Amino acid sequence: MAAPVFKNPVIRWIDHRLPVFSYLHHEAYEYPTPKNLNYWWNFGSLAGVMLVVMIVTGLILAMQYTPHVDYAFNSVERIMRDVNWGWLLRYLHMNGASMFFIVVYIHIFRGLYFGSYKAPRELLWQIGVLIYLLMMATAFMGYVLPWGQMSFWGATVITNLFSAIPVIGDEIVTLLWGGFSVENPTLNRLFVLHFLLPFVILGAVVVHIIALHRFGSNNPLGIDTKGPQDTLPFHPYYTMKDMFGLGVFLLFYAFWVFWAPNALGDPVNYELANPLSTPEHIVPEWYYLPFYAILRSIPDKLLGVIAMGASIIILFFLPWLDRSPVRSGTFRPVFKWFFWILVFDCVILMFCGKYAPEAYWMPFSLEIVDADTFTARVAEVRGIAHDEALTAVGDMWGVNAAAGTFGIKIVRLGQLGTLYYFAYFLVVLPLLSIFERPRQVPLSISKPVLGGGQSVAHATAKSMEKA
Amino acid sequence: MSKGRILLGLTTIIVGLAAVAMVAANPVHHATVHSQSWSFTGFFGHFDHAQLRRGHQVYKDVCAGCHSMSLLAYRDLQDIGFTEDEVQALAAEVQVEDGPDDTGAMFERPGRASDRFKEPFPNEQAARAANNGAYPPDLSLIAKSRAGAGFLGYEGADYIHSLMVGYEEPPANVTLPEGMYYNHAFKGHQIAMPPPLSEDGVTYADGTQATLDQQAKDISAFLTWAAEGNLDERHRTGIKAVLFLVIFTLLAYAVKRRVWADVH
Repeated sequence: MAAPVFKNPVIRWIDHRLPVFSYLHHEAYEYPTPKNLNYWWNFGSLAGVMLVVMIVTGLILAMQYTPHVDYAFNSVERIMRDVNWGWLLRYLHMNGASMFFIVVYIHIFRGLYFGSYKAPRELLWQIGVLIYLLMMATAFMGYVLPWGQMSFWGATVITNLFSAIPVIGDEIVTLLWGGFSVENPTLNRLFVLHFLLPFVILGAVVVHIIALHRFGSNNPLGIDTKGPQDTLPFHPYYTMKDMFGLGVFLLFYAFWVFWAPNALGDPVNYELANPLSTPEHIVPEWYYLPFYAILRSIPDKLLGVIAMGASIIILFFLPWLDRSPVRSGTFRPVFKWFFWILVFDCVILMFCGKYAPEAYWMPFSLEIVDADTFTARVAEVRGIAHDEALTAVGDMWGVNAAAGTFGIKIVRLGQLGTLYYFAYFLVVLPLLSIFERPRQVPLSISKPVLGGGQSVAHATAKSMEKA
Repeated sequence: MSKGRILLGLTTIIVGLAAVAMVAANPVHHATVHSQSWSFTGFFGHFDHAQLRRGHQVYKDVCAGCHSMSLLAYRDLQDIGFTEDEVQALAAEVQVEDGPDDTGAMFERPGRASDRFKEPFPNEQAARAANNGAYPPDLSLIAKSRAGAGFLGYEGADYIHSLMVGYEEPPANVTLPEGMYYNHAFKGHQIAMPPPLSEDGVTYADGTQATLDQQAKDISAFLTWAAEGNLDERHRTGIKAVLFLVIFTLLAYAVKRRVWADVH
């Protein structure tokens, strides 16, 4: 590629000595991008925008925040009440975390569906998983900072998970706490790390983009670009497409910030942390719920922690678990179904993480009821005594199909969900790689568009969907 | 897109939404909270200042006897239509400890507009001792901390209103411990706070009939303002932001269409 000639002499002078402008021209302007990217490909740049929003708002919030157990809660309220535009900064930041996770989840599932993790993009995918892990750690630490009830008890529960590690677990927890309980030193270290990690994420994002630009974006057809006829320069085509997507996304973001700023959070966090009073339900933020459900679905603490960790670590190995040569789910008739079940499974797990494990979900009346209420309903419907109903309900997967009462114990539902989650990666994908017969993949990105049906190699591809 | 794919997508969306709705709905709903209509909900919602001033009167005459409101200062009342002089007069009604003076002694002085609302008890122990062992919570954020969880949850104001009007005789099978009251809006139904409001318990300065429901609504609105005083500004800013974003998005879409016109 020829180096660009800059008209501005100052730019030319600088670029000759420090080729930043050539570099930008190469990577952000002429960078060849597949011409068939759909709107699911907007979420990568949206995640980048959210990272910047979080760093900028967070930086300004940190100028007003006091990381001390006696002042943290009130300093946040001071930001809300007395700092000019403080309420806006804080609501942008706290809802921004949820928006960031929504965007990243869509980005991850896009990668899962279109096989963006497959060769030669394995490292790109793994760096992405690392970014996601860093985000989870950062968001958790940030949630502790306002020092509300859920901040404190969330911190207690999560840090306590490390005590499950044999031999050195307790030492690690003491180190995390900086003492023998969640106290001021804990808050201090979480604040410092919450400030540091976003910049680590930023670095990881740069590496993610370098890896991306090595082979370029995957695309909805999942086939390699064959030449200039398959690509478009990044600017203005994708800069403008991303701009439109950004506008739509910001409208969504604005709705939460301006009209439902506290809807995604827990009301209990507007009460000052009180180590002597445990909230009725300790529930993490929505974006952790599926993992919380996996943790709770295993009765043993250590095994639960391992399962939760494994549910993310497994993503690192995904490129070698799915060995199907076809990237895009569009051409994988069986894979497609399992993929959508996985999406649904994650929603179910989220819902299981939200509720008490011993509660019952009654799918026909769309209710969640506690065990007592459920037993009482069974007794009433069957016309039997309470004790008898207790035996009838039992613990056998928590299902009771007595007329009019059908309930699934939340923890059992979570176990089924966990089972499918792991089966998807460890059983379904490896088996599909062997047994699935993918549809014929088009020869190139430009051909099906230019030549209609004839350009596709086989007649079977007639049923192929136009991506 | 093929029909199968559309069908699949739709099914996922419907099932997903149903699941999310269930996540949002409150589980094991012992307490009953009834939704009311409030001036401050909705896209253009804003506080009714006359109502907030009535609510302040209820707070001052009734709640403030036991409940602190430590995050608010008297000057904040200017935001709901009190004049500077009125605020100073209100603040001067209380004596605040200040100091030390030049001799090192603490002294009492009349309150100023910049002082925080005076707390009824010097500390939690004193509050408990005076209230049969129960601690009356600070009311600065009560409307936010008692809201229904989740997107479809109720407003904090709905909860406070339901609690205020929720006192009733206990059912025959419930025996209340000494000093407890029965309230259907309270979790577990047993509450240590005696019914705070009564018909015509306050005399409104603006002549509004002080029914129990009226007082309950006014105090709920006032406490919502106390927890979220910037709500009006937030909604106004939101409208501007959305107008800007709609224009920006339409322009971006037009540009995108134009740029992409020569592709395919």
